[in-house]
Amino acid sequence: MTKKTRKSQISRRTFVAGAGTAAVATGVIGFPAVLRAAPQPVNLGIIHPVTGFLQQAGAQCRFGAMLAVADINADGGIRSLDGAKVRAQLGDAQSKAEIGVAEVEKLNERGVSAIVGCFASGISIATTQAAAKHGIPHVVDVGVSDKIVQRGLKNTFRFGPGFGKIVKVGTERLIEINEKAGKPTKSLLIVHENSTPFGSGMAKLLTKGLGDAGFDVMDALAHPTPNRDFNNIVLKIKAANPDLVVPSMYYNEYVLFARTLERQKVKPKAIYSVLGGAASQYKFLKEFPTAAQYIMDCNHWYNPKNSDAFRVRAATEKAGKFYSYEVFTAYHAVKLVADAIERAKSRDRAAIIDALASSTWAGHFMPYGPTKFVNGQNQGAQPLNTQILGDEIEVIAPEEYATAKAVFPRPA
Amino acid sequence: MYDFSIILASVINGTMTGAVYALVALGLTLIYGVLHIINFAHGSMLMVAMYAAFFLFAAGGIDPYVALPLVAALAFAFGYALQRSVISKTSHGRDEIILLVTLGISIVIENAALFFFTSNERLVTLPYDIEGIDLGVTFLVVPQLAAFGASLVITFLLWLFMARTDTGKAIRAVAKERLGARLVGINVDHIFAISFGIGTACVGAAACLLVPTFPVTPQIGYVFVLIAFTVVVLGGMGSFVGALIGGLIIGIAESVGGLFFGETLGKISISLIFILVLLFRPTGLFGQRLR
Repeated sequence: MTKKTRKSQISRRTFVAGAGTAAVATGVIGFPAVLRAAPQPVNLGIIHPVTGFLQQAGAQCRFGAMLAVADINADGGIRSLDGAKVRAQLGDAQSKAEIGVAEVEKLNERGVSAIVGCFASGISIATTQAAAKHGIPHVVDVGVSDKIVQRGLKNTFRFGPGFGKIVKVGTERLIEINEKAGKPTKSLLIVHENSTPFGSGMAKLLTKGLGDAGFDVMDALAHPTPNRDFNNIVLKIKAANPDLVVPSMYYNEYVLFARTLERQKVKPKAIYSVLGGAASQYKFLKEFPTAAQYIMDCNHWYNPKNSDAFRVRAATEKAGKFYSYEVFTAYHAVKLVADAIERAKSRDRAAIIDALASSTWAGHFMPYGPTKFVNGQNQGAQPLNTQILGDEIEVIAPEEYATAKAVFPRPA
Repeated sequence: MYDFSIILASVINGTMTGAVYALVALGLTLIYGVLHIINFAHGSMLMVAMYAAFFLFAAGGIDPYVALPLVAALAFAFGYALQRSVISKTSHGRDEIILLVTLGISIVIENAALFFFTSNERLVTLPYDIEGIDLGVTFLVVPQLAAFGASLVITFLLWLFMARTDTGKAIRAVAKERLGARLVGINVDHIFAISFGIGTACVGAAACLLVPTFPVTPQIGYVFVLIAFTVVVLGGMGSFVGALIGGLIIGIAESVGGLFFGETLGKISISLIFILVLLFRPTGLFGQRLR
C-alpha cells in the first residue's frame, strides 16, 4: 500500500527541479520581454541643503533635479541599460558641510552610481572630497568656488562656471556697459556675505577685478549669513555715496538689503550684482517689484533663445515654483550625469567618470555649447547678464543672447 | 571715525530693533519669572505665530497690525493648553524634565512646520511698508515705528496688569511663594497656565510686528530666541522693565557695534555685554538679588 502510494506521487526534489526548468524555459522562450521590462534602476544620489539657512535654495535645487529625473524616466530611462529608470536617492546636507559628508557616506552604502549636488561651495568642497574617497562621480550643480575643481579630484565635474570666470566676465561686461553709456559710474562699493567660501572668495576677486578695471573701489562691506539688519550697511553706503553698488550674497539677505536701500531712499546710479542671490529671481521680482527694478546681475542664466528652456520653465511654474537658477542648474547636472551613464552603458562608477571626462553633451539649454571638461570644469560655461525691467528678467549681455538693451544708469 | 549723524542714525535704528527684541523677551521673562521654566520652545512658538499672522494676511487679507489682538489671543489659548496638557503633566515639577520637554516641543513644532509649510520663506508686504518719517539722519518706516510703539505699550500694559489686577497679584504671589499661594486659595495650576499663556501671547504680538520685516521660515525662531535669552539675563530674570531696557541696550549695542566693527564682528558686542553682566551683576540690571 505504502509502495503504491509512493510510485504515484511526485517527489519534492522532482517537483522543484521540474518547476525550475519550466520557469527558466518559460522565461527565456515564452516571456523574454517581461524579463527585460524591469531592469534594475540606476541609483543617483542627490544632495542639497533642504533645511537650515540655505533651505530655500536647496529646495529649489532639489526640485530641479527631480524634474530632470522625471523627464529622463518619461523619456524612456537609460536606453543603453535597457531603459533602466533613474532612481533618486535624496540627501539633506542641512546647510552644513559635515552633514553633506555624512550623506555621501550613506549614499555610498546605498550603492549610488553618481552624486549630484550640493548648491553651496562649502558643502560641495566637502562632498566631492568624500565622494572621491569611494570613487563616486560627483557633478556639482551650483557651487562656484574654484577650489572645487582645483584639487585634482578625478571624480568631480562642474557644468556651470566658477566664480573666477564669473567675476572676470562680470567685470568685462560692466566696463562695456559703462563705456557704452558714456562712463557715468566711476566709484563703487561692494557688499558681500562672509560666512561661506562663496562670499569671502567673491569679495577678493571682485575687489581686485574691479580695481584693476579702473573703478574706484571705495569699500567692501561684509555681513554674516543669515543677517537680519542692513541698516548700518545702508548708512555706510549713504555716507560714501558711490556711483555703483555691487552686492554678492544669498537670496534672503539680498532681498532685505534691496528693501533697506529702498526704505532708506538710497539710490545709487546702478546696482550691478555679481552672483547676486535675488538679483535675477522671479520670486524677488514678484514680491518686491519696485525694489527689484533696474537691478542688474551677472549670474547663471539660460539661453533665452532655446525653446526647451521655456518648456522647463512652464513645468516649474505649473508646479507652483519659481524658475530660479537653482532649478535649471540642478536640472542640467542630473541630465549631464544621465548622458554620461547612457554613453558609459554601465552603472559602474569608474566608467561614468570616464564618460563625463570625455563628455561633449549639447542637449542642454544653457549658453555653453557642447561640454568639454578640463580638470572637471566645463570650459564653455559662462554667466549671462540680466536686468529686471518691468515684470520680466531680460538678458542684456552678451549681444548674441540679449533680449533687451541695458538701462544704465537707472532713471533717477 | 564716522560722522555724528551716522552714529545717531545707527543708535536710532538699534533702538527700534531693540524694542522688538524686548517684546520677544517679555514673554520669556514672564514664563521664567513665574514658572521658573527656561522655555526652549519660545522661538518655535514665535515662528508658529508668525505663520498665523502670515496666513491671516495671505488668505484673509487681514493686516498683521489688525490681526495682532487675534493672534495674541490664539497664542494665549495655545500657551495655556500646552502648559496644562503637556508641560505640567510631563514635568512632574522637575526642572531638568521641563527643559527636555520644551526642547522636545520645539523640535516637534519646527519639523511639523517644515513638513506642512515647506522651507520656502514667506513675507507679508504691506502697501505702506516703505512709508515713514524722515528724521534727516535716517528714515524710519512704519514697521519699525509700529514695533517700537507697540513694544512700549505692551510692556506698560503688562506691568499694569501685574500690578493692579487680582490675576496679576496672584501671578506675583505664585512666583514668590508657591506653597503660600496655594494655602490662601490660589489655583496654582491655573495661574501657571495663565502665565504661560500670557508669555505666549507676547510672542503672538511680537510675531505680528515682525512679519512685515522678516520673512517667515521654520527656522526664524532661532534668530530671535537666542537674543531674547540674552535680553532676559541682562534685564534680570522675571523683570518686565528689565526686558525692555535690556532689549534696547542689546539693539543699540548690536547696531553701533556693527557700524564700528562690521556686521560680523559687531555681533560680539552682544556676547561681551552678556559676559560683563554675568561678571559684575549676575542677577541682571533689574533682577532680584540671589538669596
